[in-house]
Amino acid sequence: MIYEVNIDGQDYRLELDRVDGLWQCRLDGREIRLDAILARPDVLSVLIDGKAYEVKREHSSTDLHLWVGSARYAARLRDPRSLRNRGYGAADGGGTRRLLAPMPGKIVRILAQEKAEVEAGQGIIVVEAMKMQNEIKSPKKGILQRILVTEGANVNASDVLAIVE
Amino acid sequence: MFKKILIANRGEIAVRIIRACRELGIPSVAVYSEVDRASLHVRKADEAYPIGPAAASQSYLNITKLLGVAKLSGADAIHPGYGFLSENARFAKACEEAGIKFIGPSAASMELMGSKTRARQQMNGAGIPLVPGTSQGVQSAKEAEQIAEDIGYPVMLKAAAGGGGKGMRLVQAREELRAALEAAQSEAQRAFGDGEIYVEKAIINPRHIEMQVLADEYGNTVYLGERECSIQRRHQKVLEESPSTVVDPEMRRRMGETAVRVAKAAGYTNAGTVEFLVDQQKNFYFLEMNTRLQVEHPVTELITGLDLVHLQIHIAAGEKLPFTQEEVRLRGHAIECRIYAEDPDNNYFPSPGKITLLLAPSGPGIRRDSGMYEGWTVPVEYDPLLAKLIGYGTDRAQAISRLVRALNEYFVGGIKTNISLFRRILNDPEFHRGNVNTGYLDRLLQTLREPDRRGNAEVAALAAGLFAVLDPASPTAGSTDASGSSAGQNRTTSSWKTAARTDALR
Repeated sequence: MIYEVNIDGQDYRLELDRVDGLWQCRLDGREIRLDAILARPDVLSVLIDGKAYEVKREHSSTDLHLWVGSARYAARLRDPRSLRNRGYGAADGGGTRRLLAPMPGKIVRILAQEKAEVEAGQGIIVVEAMKMQNEIKSPKKGILQRILVTEGANVNASDVLAIVE
Repeated sequence: MFKKILIANRGEIAVRIIRACRELGIPSVAVYSEVDRASLHVRKADEAYPIGPAAASQSYLNITKLLGVAKLSGADAIHPGYGFLSENARFAKACEEAGIKFIGPSAASMELMGSKTRARQQMNGAGIPLVPGTSQGVQSAKEAEQIAEDIGYPVMLKAAAGGGGKGMRLVQAREELRAALEAAQSEAQRAFGDGEIYVEKAIINPRHIEMQVLADEYGNTVYLGERECSIQRRHQKVLEESPSTVVDPEMRRRMGETAVRVAKAAGYTNAGTVEFLVDQQKNFYFLEMNTRLQVEHPVTELITGLDLVHLQIHIAAGEKLPFTQEEVRLRGHAIECRIYAEDPDNNYFPSPGKITLLLAPSGPGIRRDSGMYEGWTVPVEYDPLLAKLIGYGTDRAQAISRLVRALNEYFVGGIKTNISLFRRILNDPEFHRGNVNTGYLDRLLQTLREPDRRGNAEVAALAAGLFAVLDPASPTAGSTDASGSSAGQNRTTSSWKTAARTDALR
């Protein structure tokens, strides 16, 4: 089995072979022998040279994350032989970035005006959800091209609230 | 004793109270809104009834519906938990009129403590130390300026009906006062329907320490030690511990006796909490009384060995306190972490959603009061508190190390939680020294976060491939073959299938 794996932006080529009940792996050409069992769905117990790791998996329709101990890694996986190469993670839309509602809520305030210059991290829109008000911040320095919501509006998760260019 | 108890709440506290009922052999009745049908408290109770739409105002805050369910189910007592109607004097009164025992103080005590200005007047009369300031709402900006001049800047403007930091403003100098007063008044009006504001001297970098009290209906009142609650974000407590590192036995006795006097001056019965502000010279001042069971009650339970919910029920049933002040013994150290569904990497934004994986800690000195389970979807409508993790040890160092160990065992997948925040606090040298006040957490969050140890990227890379082979019945393994089409519908992997798959790899 051959995979192309990307962990936190770094690419790896991974080959897995089952040998005598263990896994013979080649990670970027380096040989690693390990023992792995699936303890339960989404939880893997891995033993490498006697060292024990518990790896947890979290996934949504777009993202895959692996946790080793308390460290979280963004992962992408591709089988080069597969015809269906699903991409994970949002594609970078060039210089344009969208502000998305992270969860359903209500727009309580809009803090900037269309066509205004905004700084990275500057609060643009305040959304109230779960009894808390939260500022949605600009992901980059640029021009606030459009605001797509009005104060008082209800929004769903992933609704586009504004566009910064 | 009661025949049946209705729990007018949801989440972890409803589960906590149901457990106490079960232990006492009393049938429990849960209520739930439309989005809470699958919530844990509904699964755990003996009976459960729907009370309407998701909006709390139409369900958990609807007195008529709650009393209707009490009648229907034959409950003769109601435990309100915390939040929702727990400090609503109208509800307590309505219960009484319906012949149902409200497990908590009388409506009169709640009313008195519900108004901070009235409480200040009453406590001033009883000789309780108060933060210098007024005990009446200010009538004009001019009057506020005069008062501030008399007590000296900085001052704090506070809403008489306040709580949770709403309608509160710190004012450093005269120029800021007028605008701050208007802002506080309008915020208080919106939040509580009452714009009354009073002025207090601002205590800089105070500690927030509270005293648990318990009173029966025969005039016996005891204190059960303090809780250090200074670690707060946006005026919301995040981590609590008992005992406090600054309270010695003598100070505890003075604070405890003051708290008992506060409770007696208010004619208080059942479990309550007297909150104090403590300044840098360890002077303490009465702040307010919370007329309910607190979120953080487990730390007191662990260091006293008492079950506060059992005691609440016994007291409400008309029994006497089964012990005296002299018999209360504090032992060891307990710390509570409030596990919230919120994203530490995104300004602690709420993060509801489906819990896809839940690995819960256990072992020595660990208590977990939780309202969540794997497969449950955390609703967006309510407070994001998921669970409380409480560590107990013979001393503070052991409580800390047990909690750190347990936090490393705790894993909640599918949603974001603030678990990493507690790792950060519990590893912070200032926290270890007990150097905390209400500004502590903001300061900690401003310091650069030490990056998690990233040494295991290669292990993650290996695991990504291993998961794809060993646990392919998931959407993310979908790229390997057509098995992705059944993604999410059937998460159980046939071991035959797995074996066949791995065999085929040779």
